[in-house]
Amino acid sequence: MENTFTIQVNGRNESITTDPERPLLDVLREDLGLTGTKFGCGEGQCSACSVLVDGKRVRSCVTPIGKLAGKKILTIEGLSNGDSLHPIQEAFLSLSAFQCGYCTPGMIMRTVELLENKPNPTDEEILNWMESNLCRCCGYPKILEAIQSAAKATAKGDSQ
Amino acid sequence: MTSPVRPFDGIEEERYELFEMNTSRFELSRREFLSILGPGLLILTYGSTALAQRFGRGDRGDDSVSARLHIGQDGTITVMTGKVEVGQGSRAELTQAAAEELKVDPSHIRLIMGDTALTPDDGGTYGSQSTPRTVPAIRRGAAAARDILIDAASRMWGIDSERIQVVEGVLKDSSGEKSIRYAELVDRPEVVENLQSSVPSGVEVKPVSEWEVMGTSLPRPNGKDIVMGNHRYPSDIVRPNMGYGKVLRPPAYDATLKSIDSSEAEKMEGVTVIRDGDFVGCVAPNSFRAAKAVEALAKTAEWEIPDHPSSKNLYSYLKDRAREGGGRRSRGGENGSVEEGLASAAKTIEAEFEIAYIQHAPLEPRAAVAEWEGDRVTVWTGSQVPTRVHHELCDAFDLEPDQARVIIPDTGGGFGGKHTGEAAVESARLARAAGKPVSLRWTREEEFTWAYFRPAGLIEVHAAVDDAGKVVAWDFANYNSGGSAIDTPYRVASRRTRFLSTDSPLRQGSYRALASTANTFAREVAMDELAELAGVDPVAFRWNHLEDGRLKNVLESVVGKFNWDRRRHERKPNRGMGMACGTEKGSFVAACAEVTVEHDKIHVERICQAFECGAIQNPLNLRMQVEGCIVMGLGGALFEAMEFANGRIKNASFGSYRVPRMSDVPELDIHLLDRKDLPSVGAGETPIIAVAPAIANAVYDAVGKRCRSLPLKLT
Ligand code: FES
Ligand code: FES
Repeated sequence: MENTFTIQVNGRNESITTDPERPLLDVLREDLGLTGTKFGCGEGQCSACSVLVDGKRVRSCVTPIGKLAGKKILTIEGLSNGDSLHPIQEAFLSLSAFQCGYCTPGMIMRTVELLENKPNPTDEEILNWMESNLCRCCGYPKILEAIQSAAKATAKGDSQ
Repeated sequence: MTSPVRPFDGIEEERYELFEMNTSRFELSRREFLSILGPGLLILTYGSTALAQRFGRGDRGDDSVSARLHIGQDGTITVMTGKVEVGQGSRAELTQAAAEELKVDPSHIRLIMGDTALTPDDGGTYGSQSTPRTVPAIRRGAAAARDILIDAASRMWGIDSERIQVVEGVLKDSSGEKSIRYAELVDRPEVVENLQSSVPSGVEVKPVSEWEVMGTSLPRPNGKDIVMGNHRYPSDIVRPNMGYGKVLRPPAYDATLKSIDSSEAEKMEGVTVIRDGDFVGCVAPNSFRAAKAVEALAKTAEWEIPDHPSSKNLYSYLKDRAREGGGRRSRGGENGSVEEGLASAAKTIEAEFEIAYIQHAPLEPRAAVAEWEGDRVTVWTGSQVPTRVHHELCDAFDLEPDQARVIIPDTGGGFGGKHTGEAAVESARLARAAGKPVSLRWTREEEFTWAYFRPAGLIEVHAAVDDAGKVVAWDFANYNSGGSAIDTPYRVASRRTRFLSTDSPLRQGSYRALASTANTFAREVAMDELAELAGVDPVAFRWNHLEDGRLKNVLESVVGKFNWDRRRHERKPNRGMGMACGTEKGSFVAACAEVTVEHDKIHVERICQAFECGAIQNPLNLRMQVEGCIVMGLGGALFEAMEFANGRIKNASFGSYRVPRMSDVPELDIHLLDRKDLPSVGAGETPIIAVAPAIANAVYDAVGKRCRSLPLKLT
């Protein structure tokens, strides 16, 4: 019942031999040592486990690895360039948009997808887009601020 | 053993009397710490009261370590504290405290938190205790360290210590000729020897007016690790050769295992099944297989399931089993004759309030990694009370204190929900049986079912106003919720306040602000009803019943900022304004809410809140705590409630148990009153208590319907 898959994670090809039903989240955390992606519910209801697969956000806790052969996966660990932060990470950090920080990787990955799709989101678009991402510390006001600020920063960057 | 989780005996007692630290003596020691911390100087200060909130330990009297610091030869200053970071901001605030007194930049401080082998036992991280207790302890410890280093320099240079100043960790004599860094100083053996005899008798901490680091918005020191996904939460810890564990849970509360066949599970590759009475679990090479193995076990398990009450008749269940004056601490009291007051007044109210059980649901579920080396165990886990977890481990495995070490990495949320050590004990059990380190992480369903709940409660208020609009009788009885903030802050001619304990169908424990939310809700809604009876504006009515002081100050502030007088009278259909205020754990809060009610749905449009907790230590963190409390409070006010029947939780998922989302956040207008003249107290709890009653009162103003339950119900 084990199969071998090749996936690309944060730019590196990884060959994984495992049960195809195992969720991507477990493979990232337990096989590849990438624990930045978090488990919040395992049921597709909190988005703590958000990663990008070919640029699209998936909830890795409900995405079986068997469906991902050949896909490109981006996790929070692959977002920064070495020690220099991605503008969205920078915005979350400079505005302190986290309390316990456990939802932060999922929030940031979801924001990456948002800004790729809507570089100048309205507040309403942000709220809709982030609706499924839970923060139990309820630090939403700061998170919203960080997303607004990241949108401004990336829009500026693009126009230069 | 009938239950795989340890029972939690009733509601957490709260211990929060403010106290004076008494730094009585110092000890300089190299001992075992230095093997972990590297060469340098270890400074311990002792106080008589640091252990005032200790769990399950013998009294160690005056000899408790209240602060522990290490100054490394490489210049690193390590401060050790038993407090933990669960998102409430203690890492920043305690770093500030040490940096302030040592006169160094906060970036030079390394804070080790919640490690029972290294950090002093300064109690759990709950009850808003870090600010009023641990901050002073660390400040005094750091000030003492600074003073003895100054003293050492003064001996070395043969000058008066008055002539030595510290700037950024460098000691300088006033002539400017001599200077030495802390690190260089501790590198000198003669200095360290001399220190033994140079113990200052008292230390002075910097007054608020001279604060340079405290009072500023220091962000969380490990923030970069968080945004990069590099910080390792308890559930992220990996040990060599580690397996993944899972525990078989009963299908219902108090179920007992009749029989089970583990052969299918045992056939799975790499799976070890562990059975010890009713405790059944397994360890597997990954968590997916561990879950499969437990599924296989569950299929064969037969249980005996006893009857268990349903949430449908919860409140009569609680009331029927009430015991007057029960509980570990009976609260309340009596003043004047309530009977006479009620009989004499023309206008009375009699109201019942129902408070549902809710879950903390921290985003990181309970998790632990346990590793045995012979008969010693180390456990990494998420808990607000490392010493309690340590105690639970020693108890479960019959260990001496030095055979167990509990390490608490900064954890993914607590909210009063992570005081116990279930996951720690379970992972240690599995690890011992499997002969390798084991990582165990509860599922969301386990978290919703087997973690303890915020107590449900029934509150009865019977009160009266006279013709002059004065409350003449106040009779307040709380069944099961708890005693925090049970006393009314209002002047009333006669009052009786009672807490009655009863049998709780669910395992219950602490929660952010505990019973103050329930008690403040019932009181503030009842006050609104009385104001209406008296024909007085709700703000004016409260004002007339308050003494001058801090509560009145926040009330005045919020009413002005919200523009209460204008807004309350500006009528629009289905829109209403309400307010509430209260005090708990030495801090003061008042809130105004604006809501609209449409199709039986409550929309909270705006919350204006004023909060005061003494001198503000970190404005950024304080604001985040207040915002978090308000938004979390919306959950308890509007949607959260456990539903259960036949020993099962019926809404044990984020899909069926609604929590606040980003789009629920109303317009927030927060006013933090900075009282530099008053001692700082904690702020992670009290800002939650006025939210629900302010909304309930606004709903009444909007549509004329009194909501007397949490969550609020319109139908
Ligand atoms: S952990 Fe995947 S959605 Fe919650
Ligand atoms: S910061 Fe704790 S869950 Fe979002």
